[in-house]
Formats: sequence, structure tokens, C-alpha cells
Amino acid sequence: MTGNGQGNGRNDSVGTSYVKVDAWERVTGRAEYAADVRTPNALHAKVLRSPHPHAIIKSIDVSRAEQLSGVKAIITSKDFPSMDELKDSFGGELMVNARDLRRMVLADDKVLFDGHGVAAVAATSLEIAEAALDLITVEYEILPVINSTADALKPDAPLLHPDVYTKTLKETPDKPSNLASYVESGWGDVDKGFAEAAVIVERSFDSMMVHQGYLEPQACTARWDNEVCTVWTSTQGTFNGQRMVSTLLQVPLHQVNFVPTEIGGGFGGKIYTLVEPIAMLLARKAGRPVKFVMDRSEVFRATGPGSPQQSTVKVGARKDGTIVAAQGSLVMDAGAFPGAPVAGASMVTFGPYKMEHFKLEAYDVVTNKPRVQAYRAPGGTPAAFGVEVVMDEIAEKLGMDPLEFRKINAVSEGDPSTNGRPLPKVGLKEVLGQVEGSPHWNAPLEGENRGRGLALGFWNGAVAMSSATINVNVDGTVEVVSGHVDLTGTRTTMTQMAADMLQLPPERVSARVTDTASGTYTDVTGGSRTVYTQSQAIYNACESVLNEMKALAADQLKLNEDDIEYADGAFSAKGNPETTLSWDELAGRSRTRGNGPISGYGTSGRLKGAPAFAAHLADVEVDPDTGKVKILRYTCFQDVGKAINPAMVEGQIQGGAVQGLGWALSEYYHYEDGKLRNPTLLDYRMLTALDLPMIDTEIVEVPADDSPYGARGVGEVPIIPPAAAVESAIYRAVGVRMTQLPMTPERVFWALHDDGSEQ
Amino acid sequence: MQPFDYAAPPTLEEALQILSQASGLVRPIAGGTDLIAQIKERRIAPSLVLNVKEIAEANVLDYDPGQGLRIGAAVSCSDVASYAPVAAHYPSLAQACLLVGSTQIQNRGSVGGNVCNAAPSADTVPPLLTYDAVAVIAGPGGSRRVPLEDFFQGPGKTALQPQELLIEVLLPPPLPNSNSRYLRFIPREEMDIAVAGVGSMVAVDPQTNTCTRARIALASVAPTPIRAKEAERRLEGSPLTEEAIREAGELAASACSPISDIRGSAAYRKELVKVLTRRTLSQSLPR
Ligand SMILES: Cc1cc2nc3c(=O)[nH]c(=O)nc-3n(C[C@H](O)[C@H](O)[C@H](O)COP(=O)(O)OP(=O)(O)OC[C@H]3O[C@@H](n4cnc5c(N)ncnc54)[C@H](O)[C@@H]3O)c2cc1C
Repeated sequence: MTGNGQGNGRNDSVGTSYVKVDAWERVTGRAEYAADVRTPNALHAKVLRSPHPHAIIKSIDVSRAEQLSGVKAIITSKDFPSMDELKDSFGGELMVNARDLRRMVLADDKVLFDGHGVAAVAATSLEIAEAALDLITVEYEILPVINSTADALKPDAPLLHPDVYTKTLKETPDKPSNLASYVESGWGDVDKGFAEAAVIVERSFDSMMVHQGYLEPQACTARWDNEVCTVWTSTQGTFNGQRMVSTLLQVPLHQVNFVPTEIGGGFGGKIYTLVEPIAMLLARKAGRPVKFVMDRSEVFRATGPGSPQQSTVKVGARKDGTIVAAQGSLVMDAGAFPGAPVAGASMVTFGPYKMEHFKLEAYDVVTNKPRVQAYRAPGGTPAAFGVEVVMDEIAEKLGMDPLEFRKINAVSEGDPSTNGRPLPKVGLKEVLGQVEGSPHWNAPLEGENRGRGLALGFWNGAVAMSSATINVNVDGTVEVVSGHVDLTGTRTTMTQMAADMLQLPPERVSARVTDTASGTYTDVTGGSRTVYTQSQAIYNACESVLNEMKALAADQLKLNEDDIEYADGAFSAKGNPETTLSWDELAGRSRTRGNGPISGYGTSGRLKGAPAFAAHLADVEVDPDTGKVKILRYTCFQDVGKAINPAMVEGQIQGGAVQGLGWALSEYYHYEDGKLRNPTLLDYRMLTALDLPMIDTEIVEVPADDSPYGARGVGEVPIIPPAAAVESAIYRAVGVRMTQLPMTPERVFWALHDDGSEQ
Repeated sequence: MQPFDYAAPPTLEEALQILSQASGLVRPIAGGTDLIAQIKERRIAPSLVLNVKEIAEANVLDYDPGQGLRIGAAVSCSDVASYAPVAAHYPSLAQACLLVGSTQIQNRGSVGGNVCNAAPSADTVPPLLTYDAVAVIAGPGGSRRVPLEDFFQGPGKTALQPQELLIEVLLPPPLPNSNSRYLRFIPREEMDIAVAGVGSMVAVDPQTNTCTRARIALASVAPTPIRAKEAERRLEGSPLTEEAIREAGELAASACSPISDIRGSAAYRKELVKVLTRRTLSQSLPR
């Protein structure tokens, strides 16, 4: 691969907080989101959703709805091609198999969660579509509800699926089960390790389902022009989505064009095509374009929330503070179909620590809730919650400062990662050093009921395919064209990187996101990897552009290519700077001379992973009379490898921390017997600006081994430590250990006032 | 949203006439911050929505030391909160108005709408109750006055008849040497509905230092906002010691009949009533 940590340019565009190229459109309301798409003649879609969390669909009668004036098409699962042929699985962030995805879109013979789609209507107005839903009669046979993983794993539990058998590496069971898979990882012999430990702490933890909370609901418009369907949609991955609908509807890829609109947040929740197949089928049936915009309650009830866990964590350490054994069990709730983030959670759980003996078991369990999707560091937050709280307690039992304890056990290059493979260069030790020297760590925290907590986080960083094309316009300006949906500001970082590599001012470069028909394949934007892998694709594309430009310069200057050097917008003869052609002059000549227009193409190829570590510090004050926790001060320390755009890096870190703090304190799905009671932003409480202090960030830069700049993924690590950092702070403030997320005021109150028996 | 007819009569007479002639469900609208959401969520489907904001009588906001405070039914929470006599003489009412929703909601939403919507959690209501507020209601037969204490009949249910409008809310002049405080508990800092809310008003005889009048009203802990009368009686005639205040908190908690719902358990709500009663009382000792 290429040299790391340096870049190769001379202008200052990389490493500066270049203003987001889409900032103006966003803040003035001009940016077009999926619901803003207008196509003449479009119909409006609405979905009839099951009020029952678990039931057999005995019949669906749409005849009365069909007669309502203005109704143009109605579909049920019967309108999809048969499921028999569906064998594929789709990646993205969390694998899903095609048959399950199909049934997530509309229920087949059974509804499996409150809000499961049953039928869809397209009508000339939203009001008519809504009225039509009331005219559809569904006959249900109600089944017992599996509310939790504990319910699901009872020996006599009713089964969600007759065809799900527990997958393990070892045996194949002969009976179906609600336990979809079981994974074990680790090394050594934990029993032996615990026997050598001077201190052992073991605790169990619990968390609840949460939502990503993206501001923009899922929305799309589908239009068929003869055989070809154009789909304008809010998605994290156009090519991924295109493949999904192509499989579900059995339409070849070249007959589906996914056009990404601006996206109002995704966080892993906009990878599966939950709305597109509905709009496409309705549009084909009605012979008119169809627009489908979910409302907020549909977003909560029927998209893909984040997976909760019940975990047990046991850690043993020697007197000198070294961890001798660590063991964990994670029971993860997948919702209605298999696929909880078992792999991600297994990987991050003990990620920051050196361990002599290590064992982790993870369970993927189905329940009557919506099937989870990825949510920012899928599985990481609840897994790290248990581990970090136990680490805090071990340090306390050893009489050791929690930072000192982390320093003793921190992993570095060459140590085995939780998957057993040696870690490449990582910056955890540097992060801990930064904490130690920071103003926050060194500021005394005074006052009653106040405490400070420290917690770590680890994310391996995904690597998947990126690609980019770079075209040089005849006036010398540059277009970067890529199919990578811009979730986090990647058009800006692509602009900066291309400008840096081509040694041009960033104002002369623009970056665009294309549809699937005009761009080349990229995997989804997710997994904290887009800047990392895209930097390589852009580097390769820029190399190719520079080679073409040099060839043209050689031709025009009547020299050998080897005798041309390029710097700061000028191609000159080596040793003879008088013989020179400017970038712009050459670009202009490319119209008629040489091989014609200049264009370069690059892919990310195969990069190594670039793991990232973070440490968070939280100061809180607890009101012991009400149990309310106020965050007084919060600082995130993170190794980002190289901050291509420091302001955007800070924004990612702050956003991740805030979502983690919401999970820590107030966000959860409130189910009562399988029915979701809080599908609104009033009762699903995301933190507001008033609930938070300014989130401080301290950026550490230890370049990753691979890629042009050594930039590491930034987006996911910061959601991992907050819950544990806040818990440790609460413990130091008022002396109670909280083991359930979220740590609501009521839970903290009872922990403080229930004479200790509960905790 | 399902369609409905809309009227914005410029006078009270015309408004009452429209009401008396209307068939089907009519709903007055002031700020619409409750009503529009309810229509959108299909919880209510009025055939006519009648705007009260053009009516002069509903826009009065006036204080007279002898008469007290008049709040027209359509006056926004922000206008009430920023009206200097309110902050000076009825501090808990100003505090409550500034808790409703957010700045945007306070600019649109009215105190009258908060009252007529009759949510057990309505934040402006406990302060109004502690000032013995009276509702002025206009109807086909003229106008009538109902003490606010008798106005609420259940969640969303009031003493208003179908052809009636709330015109204004009257608050008698405050007692000398009195002060008040409203506090609510929510898990976040704004955009939330009270898990419990408590308004307290106390007046003290400066000579004897005893409490001459106490009013304690509670939100979100019963089917309607309620007064905690035993707690009030515990305080009246005695000095406002820590002990008295603590006991008043206990009595207030036993006056309420909260439910357990997604916002909090009944037991937790009672604990909150104790805390908030203590805090509001200690913070409303006359200055
Ligand atoms: C985001 C948000 C946050 C909120 N937060 C809070 C909060 O913190 N605390 C709180 O207490 N409330 C809150 N609310 C509720 C609401 O804003 C308040 O109740 C507000 O005071 C209602 O006033 P309005 O003028 O908007 O009422 P409207 O919606 O116009 O009317 C409310 C009800 O009263 C009836 N009505 C209105 N005027 C009259 C009249 N003159 N005569 C007879 N009937 C009438 C209407 O028909 C309707 O039933 C919130 C609402 C939203 C949307």
C-alpha cells in the first residue's frame, strides 16, 4: 500500500476544518431530503400495521378498501414473488437473509411484532390512503407473546419460527429454537485464571431496546418508466439497497436505479430496504409513481432499532493490577428475526484489555419486537457498559486509581485482539496519556453528590469497498464522483483529500454523490470506515489522473514522461522550471489533444483494519431526592489516526457521545405485553441541548498502518463508553452501582432508597 | 389530517352565534398546540374549528391592585410570563408559563388552552389553583363564573358546555406578605410532561411569623389537578418550620392518587410530591 500518515500534498486542505460543502443548503432548508422529492402524478402510500405482537394472519380482505374512490393499488405479501427462491444474504452492517428481509417489509403468514406491516395502499391523497386502511379487514389468531430473551429461552417457550435452529460451531440441534445462534470466543483457561486472581468481580447487567433517533423518517418515491424503476430514497447504501430490492422483487440490477437524496441521519438504521419494495410494488401495480413517507410512530415501531443485551461479566486481577482472566456472556435480543450484532459485540466487549485467559459467549435470540438493525457500533454500548463498570469496581477493590488500572492493562501493537489476531498499530496508550495530562482529569471535583467516572471504548473499524472517479474539467476544476452516500460530511473530506493529493486549492474541487446508474459500486456508508477506505480510492484515482496529466504534459512539451515533475499546479521539465505548463492550460488542451478528457478511477482495494480507541470522562451530580442525574462536564479522548477535518471529527465524537448518554440516562423502548407504549419523541426521550454540557473533545493522532493519511474511523467509538462513564460517576457521587440501562431518575431513586436489597 | 371547517369570528357575539348554530363537533382553538396534535393523531375529529384569538375579550391582560389579574383566554404563555405584574405578584404563574414546552410553544400556546385542555399535567393550573382563580365562561345564556377548583372533571373533561367558551381567568389580588413557587419534575430539562408538579403559595403574618394562608396544588398525580387541603391546613396558623414543611409534604403525598404509567410509577410519584412540596414551600417563604 501507500505511505501512511503523510498525505502527499503541499496545500493545507487536509487537517483543516474546511467548511462543510453542504452546510449552506442544510442550514437554509434548501437541501432536498427524500420526502421533498416531487414527481408529477405521484400517489401516496400508507401501510396497515398489526396491533398484535404475535399472531397468525388467517385472512386479509381488501375488497372494501379497493372500492374507495382514490385508491389505486393495494398490496399484501402475496404480491411479492415467491420466497422459495430467496437464498441470498445481505451485508451492510448486520447480515440479514433475504427471506427475513422480505418478511420484515410485509408479514407473510404471521405477524411477529407490534407494528409489523400487513398490507399497503396507494391512493391519490394521504387522507384517502389512511381512510382505506380502516376498510381493510384482517383476521388474526393471537399467539402468546415473547417479550424478552428470558421468555424466549424458557424450555417450553412458544416458537417464533418453526424453521430456526440454533447455529453453533459444534453441533446441529434437532429441534427448532428461539436461540438462533451461539458464538464462543477466547483463549486460555478462565477457570485456571480465576484461581490465580487476588480480586474477582462478577455482575449482571441489563439494557433495553433503543432507537437510532435519526431526525428524518424513512421515505422514498418509486417511478417505473417502462421496465426501469427509479427510486429516490434516504439510504446509507444505494448499491446495497439496489441489490436488496432486485432480489426481493426479482428485477435485474440494471432495471433499478437508486438515487440517494440528502439523508437526515442513519446511524446504521437506514441500510435495509424497508420502504422501497413497498413503493416499487405499489407503483408497478398502480401504473403511477408512489411516494411513501413513514411517520414517527412507524419509525419507532417498524424500522430496526438497536439491540439490547443481558450480560454477565466476570473479571479477575492479580494484586499488581494485571487482569488474569475475563469472562463474559452476552444474551442479545435480535427482535423478530435472527441477526443480533453478535460479532460486533463479541469483538468490542473486552477490546481495550490484555487478558491472559479470556472467554466470551454470545447468544442471538428472537423475540416479538422489530428486527434490530445496526446502531452505531452495533452491540458495543451495552457490552462495554458491563465490562467497564466491572473494571471500575476491580480497580476500586485493588485500591487503584481507575486510570492507573487501565494503563497497566491497555493493549498495544502486537497484543492479541479479541478475535485472536495481533493488533496493528493502535493508540490506546497515547489516549490514556492524554487523559492523564488533561485539564479535566486534573481538575478537582468538589461538592456533595458529585462524582467522576472514566470508561474506555474500542471499535475495530470496518473495511469494505469504496470507489471514486475523478474527472478534470477543461477549465482545470475537478469533480470527485462517488456512489458513497454522504452521511457525515464525506463530500467535504473527499474534496479536501483530492485537493491535497492533486495540490490544488479545495475551492477548485467539488465532490458529488451519484446514483447507482452513474457511479461504480461502493458498499454502505457505515462501520466508521468511509473516510478510511475512501481515502485510498481517491488516492488511487488521483494517481491515475496525475499520470494522465503527466503524459499529456510530456506530449505537449515534447519530453519524456519521466522528465516531467508536478508541483502546485504546474507540470515542468525536471531541472528546467522554465519549460512548464500549468494545470489549467493542460486541462484545456485535453479537450482536443493527447488522449482526450482526463479521468481517473480508483478503488480502496484491500486495506487492513484500523482499530480505534477512546476514553471518556464524565462528571455528574445526582439529586438524591429525585434520582435525577445531571452531567456537569464531559470529555472524550479519542485516537482518530489523522483528523482530515478536525471540526467534523469533533462533531462525530460529540454526536456519538450524546447518543451514548441518551442510552445511559433516558432512552428506551417501553413495551407492555409486546405493545410499544412510547413511539413518540415526547415519550422516547432523547437528550436535548439543555440536558447536556458542552461535550469537550481531545483528539489524539496515532496514524493507522494503512491508507494514505492513516485516518482511523471516528463515528462509532464515541457511543461506546458513555453509559459506563456515567455509571462510574454516579457510583462515586452517591455510592450505588447501577446495572440497568437506562439509569432513569426513578431507577436511581429506588437504588438509593430501597434499603439496598434490590441492588 | 382530516379536513374541517374553520371560523375566526371577530366578536364574542358572533362566536357565540356560530356555536349555537353549529351541528357536529366544534372545537375552539387558541394556539392549537394541543388541538392540532390531537386532530393529527386522529384522537378527535371536529367538523368545525373556531379561532378565539380575534375576540377582544379573550386578549385582555390586565392587573389592578384592587381587582387582581385578568388573563384573557387566548393570551399566550409568553405574554403572561413577561407581564411585569405577574412576575411581581404571582411568581409561580410566571414560572409555570416558562416551563410549558419550549419558547416556540410558549409563544403560541395560551394559558386558557392549557386550562381548557384539562390535562392532569397542565403546568399553569397548580399556580392558578393556589391563587383561587375563577373561570369566566360565556354561553348562550350570558356569562357565568366557576371557581377553577370546580372546573376540572376528569382528564380532558371540564365544566364547559358544548356551546360555551372560556373568556378569561380571574385571579384575586395576592395577600400581603405572600409568595409562591411552582416546580415540576421531568426526566429531561424541557419538552416533557410533568411526572409530578407542585405549586405552593403561602402568606405569613410578619408579627407572629405564622402562616395565615397556605395553598398547595398538585399536577400529574390524580385524574385532575388537585389541591392538597390537609397539607394546607397543617400549615395555616403555625410557623413554617422545617418540621411543618416536612409534614405538609407527607400530607400532600397522601392527598394524591397517582397512576403508574410510562412516565413513572405511582410510588415514585408520591415520593416526588413530598420532595416538590417541601422544595416549593421552602422556596415560597415570603421575601
Ligand atoms: C411540544 C409541546 C410541548 C408541550 N409542553 C407542555 C408543558 O410542558 N406543559 C404543559 O402544561 N403543556 C404542554 N404542552 C401542551 C400545550 O402546549 C399547552 O397545554 C398549551 O397551553 C395549550 O394552549 P393552546 O392555546 O395551544 O391550546 P389549543 O390547542 O388551542 O387548545 C387546547 C384545548 O382547549 C380548547 N380551548 C382553547 N381555547 C378555548 C376557549 N377559549 N374556550 C373553550 N375551549 C378552548 C381547545 O378546543 C382544545 O381542546 C405542550 C405541547 C407541545 C406540542
